This record gives sequence, structure tokens and C-alpha cells, in this order.
Amino acid sequence: MSRLHVSLPGLNMKNPILPASGCFGFGKEYAKWYDLSVLGGITIKAATLEGRFGNPTPRVAETESGMLNAIGLQNPGVKKIIENEIPALEPYNIPILANIAGSTEEEYIEVTRQISSSARVSAVELNISCPNVKEGGIQFGTHYKSAADLTRKVKAVSEKPVYVKLSPNVSNIVEMAQAVEEAGADGLSMINTLVGMKLDWRTGHPTLANKTGGLSGPAIKPVAIRMIYEVSQKVSLPIIGMGGVSTAEDVLEMMSAGASAVAVGTANFVNPYVCPEIIEQLPKLLDEIGVENISEMTGRSTKQWKTPLSSR
Amino acid sequence: MKKHLLNVTSNIEIARNIFEMKLTGSGVGSMTTPGQFLHVSVGNHSSKLLRRPLSICDVDLDREEVTLLYRAQGEGTKQLSQKSAGEVVDVLGPLGNGFELAEMDKNKNALLIGGGIGVPPLYYLGKHLKKKGIEVTFILGYQSIEDSFYIEKFKDIGETIVTTVDGSLGIKGFVTDAMMNVVENEPVIYSVGPAIMLKAVEERAVGLRGYLSLEERMGCGIGACFACVCPTETRESGYVKICSDGPVFKMGEVVL
Repeated sequence: MSRLHVSLPGLNMKNPILPASGCFGFGKEYAKWYDLSVLGGITIKAATLEGRFGNPTPRVAETESGMLNAIGLQNPGVKKIIENEIPALEPYNIPILANIAGSTEEEYIEVTRQISSSARVSAVELNISCPNVKEGGIQFGTHYKSAADLTRKVKAVSEKPVYVKLSPNVSNIVEMAQAVEEAGADGLSMINTLVGMKLDWRTGHPTLANKTGGLSGPAIKPVAIRMIYEVSQKVSLPIIGMGGVSTAEDVLEMMSAGASAVAVGTANFVNPYVCPEIIEQLPKLLDEIGVENISEMTGRSTKQWKTPLSSR
Repeated sequence: MKKHLLNVTSNIEIARNIFEMKLTGSGVGSMTTPGQFLHVSVGNHSSKLLRRPLSICDVDLDREEVTLLYRAQGEGTKQLSQKSAGEVVDVLGPLGNGFELAEMDKNKNALLIGGGIGVPPLYYLGKHLKKKGIEVTFILGYQSIEDSFYIEKFKDIGETIVTTVDGSLGIKGFVTDAMMNVVENEPVIYSVGPAIMLKAVEERAVGLRGYLSLEERMGCGIGACFACVCPTETRESGYVKICSDGPVFKMGEVVL
């Protein structure tokens, strides 16, 4: 077995790298650039029950070492995703993580029921953290009781393991993580984007048509590292870490904080080859620090803290 | 579609805040369709992350040289304007679908209408059309004489009508103010510029065949992020992605 292999519920991955939802379309866009089989897995764009057009443009704005987006969960609806998008990934023998969103509990349940029954879907990612639409589930993601209730209901119908994608826009992320763990989640994805805003100083107008957007990119990596570090010590669920990862070094830092796999988001926009480049560089970095299997990296930070000072 | 590291051969200001950048490298050989764009990395990737979509203004295949014209307006394009000969620029491309040329027959004439920084791709298009034996007329709109560029070069290809908003050069007004006499010849229309201009062009070109190239803020440039969408009534999905379905669309295809 490869030294980069990692195994999470439903996700048997030849390496820990997968693109983050919303940053990779439905995969076919990047299939024109490289063979997607090199990836550990793929997270596809959020599915809602009916198709959504999303927010007005402009939908993106650049910020210091980051970007704001307010796409608004544009997608063709779960049926068309199952019929048209998922089969296009058939040639690539990699696990598919299907991100699901909705405005009501019933919508989440129905989308989960449909997409989790697709043979090619390996696991679902419960998106209760999209900050860009009121109907995107954020109302479930900012209160631990709502998050737990929804997790329990989605778990009851899902044929595949359920990862809950947590929002960083909460005062106590550990409380959220513990609540969804208790409700039966199989894993966590963290973090989603941070709510932000950019204004044109000349006019005073917001740059995004939606006014606010989700901040992503290297600027948010320290927030993600801190939250993964805190949560991983309080829950036993595997964590798919994400938030500002753009290099192989970032991947190992995030795994050290407690992530078992790592999703790459905004960096795909900057460099479409970023995922295969990271995968190629990982073994060399592991050699540098004398680690044989990449799964040993998970939670390394907390393991080291437990080591007596004298032996460090 | 590939990533290329191209060398800057020159980067000079040719009008107020308008820069002409010439790049050379082995990737240029694939940039043969007018209307396509390059997604250009402007900074060092840590502060300015997102690439800028810049349309291809001209390509010299013999010299493996591509010309980009851009307005140094925001911080990113200002950084790009600081690049000097010998430096390397990271580009993706060519991206997007360019102008449809196959439909043009030699009996037709073409009217190419550009506004502001929408003007550059019409230069490469005009050269292609002229090579096919098509009579080309340009209408180029600028804010002022100080913002105008490439007019003599356009005149080498075909009749060139200039409009300026302040009347400091050519006809005072917008490109649409210069359209009426020219469309009597029933040309095929090719237009690039802001949506408001394209809408006005479309309204004045009723009954004519034509193509519009749209501008929008982009994230990825390859159709993955869904940032640059535009509504359409002609496709089942109800929208098009400007970066990958366009940037060129048939007149009437998108809702402006």
C-alpha cells in the first residue's frame, strides 16, 4: 500500500488530497487539464433539490491573500447531477464526496436520499455552512441543536457515510463538532468560508452584488488550523481539513493539526494543476522529516505537546 | 489549454493607463483563434491571488509573440504594468471560445464595434477577416483622445470610425451614434465591450447576424467556479459561463 494512502469512512483514498466543494465544478472542467485519477478523491459542487441560478454578478472579489465569493449554490439540481454529472466521473476510479445543501430539513433529506443511493457516490458532505444564501443551510449550521437534529435526520436516510461541513462563523466550533458527533456524523469537514465584505472606497458600494461573501484562500488558513486543532482534541471523528491550503507544506500542517485528509479549494483557481503538484511533492516532504506513512501526520501537533519538554 | 511561462519582451503605456504587453514563448503557437483570452497571473500569488482575464490583441506566430492590451486600473493590473522586459509571466490559455469565422462568406462585410478596453481583441479579429477577403469596418469608442489607442493600426486593416464621449476625437458620443449609416450595408456584427454597450449595439442591429464578447469578473477562468455566469433563454440550463461557454456568444443568445 502506498505511503500516501489514507482511509476514512467511505473514502478509501490513495492519497489525502481532494478538491473542495465549489472549487472544482463537477470535475469535468479540470479533467481537461489532467487525469483526475491521480486525486485521492473528489468533492463535487453542492446539490440542492431543484436547480438554482445563484446570486447576481459580480460574484467574486479579490482580497489580501484571499478572495470573497458569493456564487449562491448555483447547480442544476440533484436529479440532473445524478443523471449528467456523476456519470462523467465514471472513468476515474476515485471516491466521490457529494456535497448537499438545502433550505429545509425535508430538502436535505430528499437530496441525501437520492444522491446517496447513487452507486458512484462514496459519502455525502452535509453543507450547513454556506454563508451566501439564506436558503443554503447556514441556519442549521450556526446553532448546535439544529445542526444535531439535521445530522440525525440525514443519517437516518443516507446510504453512505455522512461528513458534516462546519461553519467557522460560530462562537464555539467545538460545541458544534461535539453536537454532530453525538448525532451520528461519520466525519467532519472543516472549515467553510468566513463571512466577509469588500467596499469600493471611491463609491462606497460593496464589490459583490450580494454585498457579503465567503472569504477563502491563504488568509483563512490560520483560522482553519486553529479550529481543526481544537476540535480534533475533543471529538474522535475523522476530519477532512480545508481552508487556504495551497502547498504540500500546508497539507502536512493541517494534518498535524488533526486532519486525516485535506481538501484544496481556492488554490485550484490560481493554479489548475495544484492538486497533482501537491500529491507529487508530499513524499519528498515526508522523507525530510522521516515519516514513512502520511497517516502518521494526523494529530502530530497534539502528540508532540504530550511529549515531555526534556525529550523534545 | 495549458499553463505557460512567457517572457516579457516589452510592456509600455500607449495611452492613459493603457499598456501594451508583448510576451514570447513556445505556448504562443496555440493562440490562433481571435476572441480567446489568457488568464494572467499578476502578482506573486500570495497577495494578489486571482488571475486576470486579458483578451488576445495580436499574435505573431513567426516570432512566437502574443500582444495583450490592458488597463492598469486596480492594484493587480498596476502590478502587471510594472513588469519589464526579461521578466516571466505565468499565463493559462488560450481559454474560452473565440469568434466564429467560418460563417462569414466573402460577399459579406463585417462591422467590428469595440468600447474602451473591449477594443483590443478586434485587432486580431480584423486581421483574420481581412485575410479571408472580407471588407472590415471598425467603430471604436473611447472616453477621450487621451484614452484612444491603436487607431492607425486599425486603419491599416479597414475603415475606422472613432467616437469619444467628450468629443475630443472623431464623432462626439457613443459607438452606437456611429452605427446607423454602416449597418445599412447589412454587415455581420462583432462587438466587444461592457454589457450596457453590447445591449445598445444589439438593439440597433435588429435583423443582423452578429457576435458579442462579454466581460465579467472571473474566478477560475475555466468553468469550475460559476462566478462569471450570464442568463440565457436559449439553453436548457438557463445560463452560460462566460469563461468557458464564451466569452463570445451569438447576438440574442444571452440576456444582457
